[in-house]
Amino acid sequence: MSVERTSDSQASEAEIAARAKALESLLVEKGLVSTDAIDRVISAYESDIGPMLGAQVVARAWSDPEFKKLLLEDANAACEQLGIGGMQGEHMVVVENSAQVHNVVVCTLCSCYPWPVLGLPPNWYKYPQYRSRTVMEPREVLKEEFGLGIDESADVRVWDSSAEIRYFVLPERPEGTEGMSEEELASLVTRDSMIGVGEPRDPEETR
Amino acid sequence: MNGVHDLGGMHGLGRVDVEDYEPVFHNPWEKLVFGTMVATMGQGLYNLDEFRHGIEVMEPAHYLTSSYYEHWLETIEKNLIEKGVIDRGELDARTQEFLKNPEAPVPQREDPELADRLLQLVHGGASSRREVSAKPRFEAGDRVRVRNVHPHGHTRLPQYVRDKQGVVERVYGAFVLPDKHAHGEGENPEYVYCVRFDAEEVWGDSAEPREAVSVDLWESYLESL
Repeated sequence: MSVERTSDSQASEAEIAARAKALESLLVEKGLVSTDAIDRVISAYESDIGPMLGAQVVARAWSDPEFKKLLLEDANAACEQLGIGGMQGEHMVVVENSAQVHNVVVCTLCSCYPWPVLGLPPNWYKYPQYRSRTVMEPREVLKEEFGLGIDESADVRVWDSSAEIRYFVLPERPEGTEGMSEEELASLVTRDSMIGVGEPRDPEETR
Repeated sequence: MNGVHDLGGMHGLGRVDVEDYEPVFHNPWEKLVFGTMVATMGQGLYNLDEFRHGIEVMEPAHYLTSSYYEHWLETIEKNLIEKGVIDRGELDARTQEFLKNPEAPVPQREDPELADRLLQLVHGGASSRREVSAKPRFEAGDRVRVRNVHPHGHTRLPQYVRDKQGVVERVYGAFVLPDKHAHGEGENPEYVYCVRFDAEEVWGDSAEPREAVSVDLWESYLESL
């Protein structure tokens, strides 16, 4: 059984599109918003802010023990060193994966997500299926929906972003990456590995 | 409120639908809704807690069957109408015009100073953390019980941890209390705690092995054990 989203129908989409344009038009005419401001905000999240920034943070942490220490103690201070920060990431906390602990992030009440490092969330993160199940059956969700099996001997830690703290995961550095540059390492770091539903790419596959 | 948005532990909603190579926005109206949210909330026309509550009070079946950015459109409209910024009648009339002529352009208006301010917000953020003179009531390691409360208004206390026992893991400082802030009753900052719950405590026999869930909770949601 699955909940279907009725707004996928053409008529409904057309109505929503008309409402969105009507809203912006009225606000522009009242002098409350400007089209250039709205366009620049959209462009920032389409082009400048996304998981490539979180990947830089992770790659630096894999390369620099001092940076990693700071990242785990004060994620905002560490991210600021790379010029990364902003809205929906004012108070970020990084949780570290290891052979003993696997962390995964969810927001059961809405869709809280660390925008400055991961950009805007994918639909599956925002829709009811992931939000309802991850707190109750994380191993099942990771295995069945993301193909990620967690060792029976490892703890699973779920972080429900119910307040204004935004969590993201520091995945384990893959084996076979000795001697790689930060840039090469960053190319292995996926969005999903920083949410905790995936692992970094295998260096053998990217060579 | 015990609303349909409070999804933790709910059964029967189906499988996670992962879209490979998903774009940031799926169509132009999603971009407009996103940009309009930043531009209106970013100027203080309503606050984040009012925004969230506007989604929670959507008709439950509609909430479950509508898209994410439709939720946003619903709450932006609701908040701007309630604040008297726009009028329902003029919004409906304008919507009809765009429905008849979907390609009609949105009027253009330039305001580089506003654009700069919003970009500063995007890259600088706006914290809801506040300095308070009171000391935190709990410290890391304290055992606490979540209050068994069922407020009709906005709250960030998920149902699945109510009346459950956990351990304070971190003390995060004081933050604006959403329960009041969503209803025009001021900021009332309180300490927020990261509280860890063993899965068995929350889910009983249905718990998976070796699982714990951490939830961030305001001080008034908690009582000492």
